[in-house]
Amino acid sequence: MTFWLLLTVNSVTFGGLLFLLSAGFSLIFGLMRIPNLTHGSMFMLGAYFGTTLLSGVLGFRFDFWLAAIVCAIEVAVLGALMERLLLRRLAGQQLAQVLVTLGVSFMVADLCLMGWGGDPISVATPAGLNGFIRFGTAVFPLYRLAVIAIAVIFALALWLMLERTRLGAMIRAGVDDPQMARVVGIRVSQLFTIVFALGAGLAGFAGLIGGPILSVYPGIDQDMLPLALVVVILGGTGSLLGSFVGSIVIGFIYNFGQALLPELAYFILFLPMVLVLVLRPQGLFGGQIL
Amino acid sequence: MSKLVLARGLAALIAVIGLAVVPYAIGEVYYVNIASQVLLYAIFALGLNILVGYAGLVSLGHAGLFGIAAYVAAYLLVAGSGHVLAIAAALLASLLATAGFAALSLRSTGITFIMITLALGEIIWGLAYRWISLTNGDNGITVPARPAPFGIALGSARAFYVATLIVFLIAIVASGIFVRSPFGAALRGARDQPRRMSALGYHVWMIRFWAFMFSGLLSAIAGVLFVYYNQFISPQALALTASAESLLMVISGGAGTLLGPVVGAALVVIVKNVVSAYVERWNFMLGAIFVAIVVFMPEGLVPGIARLTGALWRSRGKANLPMTAGPQQ
Repeated sequence: MTFWLLLTVNSVTFGGLLFLLSAGFSLIFGLMRIPNLTHGSMFMLGAYFGTTLLSGVLGFRFDFWLAAIVCAIEVAVLGALMERLLLRRLAGQQLAQVLVTLGVSFMVADLCLMGWGGDPISVATPAGLNGFIRFGTAVFPLYRLAVIAIAVIFALALWLMLERTRLGAMIRAGVDDPQMARVVGIRVSQLFTIVFALGAGLAGFAGLIGGPILSVYPGIDQDMLPLALVVVILGGTGSLLGSFVGSIVIGFIYNFGQALLPELAYFILFLPMVLVLVLRPQGLFGGQIL
Repeated sequence: MSKLVLARGLAALIAVIGLAVVPYAIGEVYYVNIASQVLLYAIFALGLNILVGYAGLVSLGHAGLFGIAAYVAAYLLVAGSGHVLAIAAALLASLLATAGFAALSLRSTGITFIMITLALGEIIWGLAYRWISLTNGDNGITVPARPAPFGIALGSARAFYVATLIVFLIAIVASGIFVRSPFGAALRGARDQPRRMSALGYHVWMIRFWAFMFSGLLSAIAGVLFVYYNQFISPQALALTASAESLLMVISGGAGTLLGPVVGAALVVIVKNVVSAYVERWNFMLGAIFVAIVVFMPEGLVPGIARLTGALWRSRGKANLPMTAGPQQ
């Protein structure tokens, strides 16, 4: 019983982390119509930037949450630069854009290896969340519960942003029909930069938030990117609800698969993606952004 | 016309002779091995090019097809079967997998096609990585010995190079015949104008399916050569990075040309092996080359250089060109 309960909490936690990673991926995919293959790299960059901030820059040691916000901003700026300088040159050529993101992901992986070395770096759990909560015989780490809370807060904030703000309305219009959005005077190309920066920032934020659970190591980008892909394909591109439900589902499939059927873990992870792509290419929640 | 054919034939003959004397011209075993790698990856890239260049379908899962052949061959060889059986079973298994890949992915084109092939490739990689009782997981499978076809042992670097060269020549000639055949024309038609081709009575899906099968066959052959070359196979050869690298070979050299993938394979293998001895950050270089080619020379090196030299030529002798150039001849 305790085993199942723990596995369930771990699955929801991992799902929450996946949501932070894949919400931006989904919006970028929905708006720009390309899978951003640097998204795993953004996650990794955020995590590595975070470790540097936590260990202190110029004698100033950052608090965990401050570091998470700072590295989210740093990665967001990098994302915006990449969109402006590289992807913008290839506007309209989706294939070329995908290939460029693939090339950049190679470069980022190597730069991180150069900057932070090949050894895994563990991230200390933020002060105050080191404890555990007892629930009957089961013991839950407080930090994992906090990650779930953070994911829910971000989901609500993103939902409010998309539903209630002018920017959100423009993004929805752009996802729905970019040409018509242009016709009514929305600067869709500007939206591209904003959404790309937002998605990259979220991924960078998720990188450090995931640090205490996953630690940071070379190759984490290649581990996370396929997961984000699976989530977004399952949920439907450009759909916030889809990426939320998809994250939780994949969180469960991933954790239960690793625990119960380790030999076939990746098979049962990617099988739903293939099935959805083949049977329902728009995803489970495709066509509805919220 | 016939002069052109003659010139081309002569160039091809010189190239083949050049390739054949490579192991004798360069004495060092290390470089002969690099040359073998270039050729075996060139076969892989030729296979992927059929799909990427001539069918217009970009696959990010081809390392899976390459890997299935390699794993089946390795598994059977370790189990003690003969080389003929192992190779035949490897090619057959990979072709079956290719048919599965094609059946699932050809429902779509464009980005969705990329995603389906990527997911399928990841499934194959995941099985190789995690199905430890079958594949030995990350530790991989070590193959005892290279074969000795017709009594010629392929243990030495030179002998293996010559064998790879022969397979490579067959592969490139077969590719050339394939793309120049009426079927190849239909394939390009299906790439450029699928609806018109349908309207003309061509079965576009079936054309793409057989192109996929041919592509899978070449990938499988490369996979078998790979496992004999390294005498070892591990999940790394099947990872997304491997698929991306093979795509880089095709696109950097020039998708939709016969020589492009060969040049691309040489570029990638040389950067990976030779340049890495001098430059520590070769992975960064590989990514940078990829980005630069996509941004500045999207058609690839071979057509790109042809275009640049053509432009140079034209700017020198502007006067007589407008009439002679062009497709009317």
